[in-house]
Amino acid sequence: MANPRDYLYTKDHEWVRVIDGTARIGITEYAQNELGDVVFVELPAPELIVEEGEGFAVVESVKAVSDIYAPVSGTVKAVNEALEDSPELVNESPFDEGWIAELEINDESQLKDLMTADEYDALLEEV
Amino acid sequence: MATRSQIPLIFEHSSRGRRGYRYPALDVPETALDELIPAEHQRQQPPQLPEVSEVEVVRHFTGLSRLNHGVDVGFYPLGSCTMKYNPKVNEDCARMSGYMHLHPYQPAETVQGALALMHRLQSYLSDLAGLHETTLQPAAGAHGELTGLMIMRAFHKANGEDGMRKEMIIPDSAHGTNPASAKMVNYQVREVPSDDRGGVDVDALRAMVGPQTAGLMLTNPNTLGLFDENICEIQKIIHEAGGLLYYDGANANAIMGYVRAGDMGFDIVHFNLHKTFSTPHGGGGPGSGPIAVSQRLAPFLPEPIVAEQHGEFFFKRPSQSIGRVKSFYGNFGVLVRAYAYIRSLGEQGLKDVSETAVLHANYLMRNLQPYYELPYDRHCMHEFVLSGSRQKAHGVRTMDVAKRLLDYGVHAPTVYFPLNVEESIMVEPTETETLTTLDTFIGAMKEIAREAEESPDVVCNAPYETPVRRLDEAQAARKPILRWTPEH
Amino acid sequence: MRYIPTTQEERERMLAALGIQSLEELFQAIPSHIRSDPSRVLPEPLAESQLLRHMQELASQNQDTQALVSFMGAGAYDHLIPAVVNHVTQRGEFLTAYTPYQAEISQGVLQAIFEFQTLIAELTGMDAANASMYDGATALAEACLMACNAARRQKVVLPATLHPEWIDVVKLYLESQDIHVEILPFDGEAGTVDLTALTDDLGSDAACVVAPYPNFFGLLEPVEELSQWIHDRKGLFVMAVDPVAMGLLQSPGAVGADIVVGDGQPLGNAMAYGGPSFGFFACRGTKLVRRMPGRIVGQTQDLDGKRGFVLTMQTREQHIRREKATSNICSNQALNALAGAVHLCVLGPEGLREAAYQCLQKATYLKQCLKDIGIKTAFSAPSFREFVAAADVNWAEVNKRLLEYGFLGGLPLGQYHEDLDSCVLLSVTEARTKEEIDRFVHVLGGLC
Repeated sequence: MANPRDYLYTKDHEWVRVIDGTARIGITEYAQNELGDVVFVELPAPELIVEEGEGFAVVESVKAVSDIYAPVSGTVKAVNEALEDSPELVNESPFDEGWIAELEINDESQLKDLMTADEYDALLEEV
Repeated sequence: MATRSQIPLIFEHSSRGRRGYRYPALDVPETALDELIPAEHQRQQPPQLPEVSEVEVVRHFTGLSRLNHGVDVGFYPLGSCTMKYNPKVNEDCARMSGYMHLHPYQPAETVQGALALMHRLQSYLSDLAGLHETTLQPAAGAHGELTGLMIMRAFHKANGEDGMRKEMIIPDSAHGTNPASAKMVNYQVREVPSDDRGGVDVDALRAMVGPQTAGLMLTNPNTLGLFDENICEIQKIIHEAGGLLYYDGANANAIMGYVRAGDMGFDIVHFNLHKTFSTPHGGGGPGSGPIAVSQRLAPFLPEPIVAEQHGEFFFKRPSQSIGRVKSFYGNFGVLVRAYAYIRSLGEQGLKDVSETAVLHANYLMRNLQPYYELPYDRHCMHEFVLSGSRQKAHGVRTMDVAKRLLDYGVHAPTVYFPLNVEESIMVEPTETETLTTLDTFIGAMKEIAREAEESPDVVCNAPYETPVRRLDEAQAARKPILRWTPEH
Repeated sequence: MRYIPTTQEERERMLAALGIQSLEELFQAIPSHIRSDPSRVLPEPLAESQLLRHMQELASQNQDTQALVSFMGAGAYDHLIPAVVNHVTQRGEFLTAYTPYQAEISQGVLQAIFEFQTLIAELTGMDAANASMYDGATALAEACLMACNAARRQKVVLPATLHPEWIDVVKLYLESQDIHVEILPFDGEAGTVDLTALTDDLGSDAACVVAPYPNFFGLLEPVEELSQWIHDRKGLFVMAVDPVAMGLLQSPGAVGADIVVGDGQPLGNAMAYGGPSFGFFACRGTKLVRRMPGRIVGQTQDLDGKRGFVLTMQTREQHIRREKATSNICSNQALNALAGAVHLCVLGPEGLREAAYQCLQKATYLKQCLKDIGIKTAFSAPSFREFVAAADVNWAEVNKRLLEYGFLGGLPLGQYHEDLDSCVLLSVTEARTKEEIDRFVHVLGGLC
């Protein structure tokens, strides 16, 4: 599965899709593959205020746990409730139906620190 | 191993009105229930326990037992768990009425035998630890860790340093309980890396310590089964920084009669009686995790400890005790078994245990080395760690090797631990296995290595001969079914 | 050499295979200056027959409760144990197994734990239970920690009517994490928590309040009021229950408990001088389950679609989450939990109810008989298997005299509460007979 060209990425293998000042966040194809079968996603509370780099959600597979870090500072505006019953969406559709949460972005300038799809592809080449 | 047919749950045997046990008829005058228990305190719905006869219960649980591997069934080389033979005579001892049927609050004069046993066990363990005083209270190794760290914190507090000493240093190869225990006393965990010989990276450690250091938790031999030759240097670094050293005694089976934790410079030691001292693990417990401490820490031990004066035994509260970590006095029944074990073996017997455990481990390691990657090529202690990296190249993971071993009637070694070795396989044969068993195991591992190269699918789909085949763990965790209901 | 099968010849063969001369070479990593000196403490070895004689001799220095007639309770109870319980738990396949990490060859233990979890969930009226904890006191400590995590609050309210040792354990666990503990006083008349002390100030930032059921004095706490009070303040309601009492008393689920714990000794486990028994731990709702400490078994299926059981939700545990785990617990008390499960299975719902009913009736009978000889009951709240009796005597001295008559008397309470100096906590289980009770009353009458 190719990494969508219009998304931004972090070194922790999360993706960010920006729509009208909101950042939708998920984990990449590479990340879901490394984790294996996702069995549970701990979603953040709505209206939770998070700082860039802060852990605000958790993705669990059978024998591993991965924190999801806020790629930018912001306020949680939506969470993907479908994951409560179907955490496997993170495996099956990481870039789309398996999204985790949406943040209202505080400071758009932080987006500049994220990777483009090309840069992320290059990172994966190295691993 | 037994049958492939499924055993119904005990609830599925239930027939209304059936009973497996009867009490003698009530022989005192009855008072109406409503006069004794107000309506709002009376249960409306009885709990749905199964209604089964005694013979059904016996057959059910006997049937279940036959689906299970244990040391009594076969080889159990589970690294870090010391699955040695559990002597039967110790069970007989623990079941003597004079130990089984004692109330914990009986007056001391009616339990002098029990107190004497505990007092002697305290002194044996203090001696084996090379330390001053022992508490028998902790119920398991992790509980001992927690107790030890509570003592550590109390010590720093008594010195007015609790506020600043907030960091617990733990090697990357440590048991998961170490960081989890540290968190339970609000310590921040700092991970120290291993060096290329598998020991603590001493330079990294030196750079890490300071006035914020509360202590270091270490297993030696460590989880790679290697004795850290730099232990004297390590203890100096920690002590000079004002920290304390905690010894995770999970691997004590390697060193009895050779070296004592106290002589290595440790301040606190826990023993796992269900590992080193042969008490059976019961499918997950009960264990027992006594801790021994140095003289300066003895005042902080949890209450009570057993003391003696003029041949009389009694309970005593250490002067600056942290308090209680458990009701009563620990897992006494387990203590009886461990005491019996030490009495059976004596000093020389315990040394023979470690010697043989180490010999067996080295013998296995060198015989498996041609077939599996050995990341640290030096003499091991009582256990060793292989890597399944060669097999991984054929698409066979360590988990698959483990599952294939089950078809040979062997419990798999510990896998994917320690975390600092890729695809790790941790083997601990113990001293109680015969050379024939060791050779059979070598044969099985060799055969699996061959299969991994020639027909990897066979390994990847294993096991075949077990009561159930590989189980879907993802399904279990995604849609948890944690209890029986009539629908499932 | 005891339990070591290796012969001298095999030893030499192994050394030869390793290409070394002596065992000493394997230990060369241990610096010589820290090597062990000979011990002055460790004993000489004993042969099996000698060991048995020695162990019997030590045991005979104890007066056990087969010889003494016990009216002592306070957290350890002399209940009848069906013979099958020990026979099942002595099966080597259960006794000598480790934690069921390799599920395919551990279905026996796994299914038994799954059944145990179901039994505990039924007893407590909760949705799920774990595979066991060390004991009741540590289970309660972990329940309070879990409540603090779930409620994101740093204060716990404990009633003074909780077992004093449990208070000690819970306080030590909580204060180690810098969590504040408030002790709720009890009403001197009723012997249960003082409801007037339930202020807003106390409850508004409390993660939970704990209700022992019955409490240390054997009395029934006003659980509905406590449940209502803490829930109105968005805290959790934690109950610490006696498992035998669950045959008769209100289900914790029915009064709104969120977490229920207890000590399983009364279920098929001998007192064994205080351990091993097991702690049980159950909770309501799927959200709380994910915060539960300890091992949990879940149902699933194998490659062929056959039902099977595995350890599940392991990401909560220390071997995966390390310092972020819900607890550090690893070994639990599985074999004791198995004893509890077997005990509950042979009893069934009727047997459990009968055990509870007989405890209640026999304790009531003793209470009446004592009243007849002028020893009154100290508290007015309804009681279950235990009650507090008061008389102006030195109970420790009375107990010494009782021993001479073959009785283990009750627990003097003056050591825990100064104003209960004249009080003793008595326990009567279904194992006591009318004849024993009558004799006890007769002897006590002569001593008081």
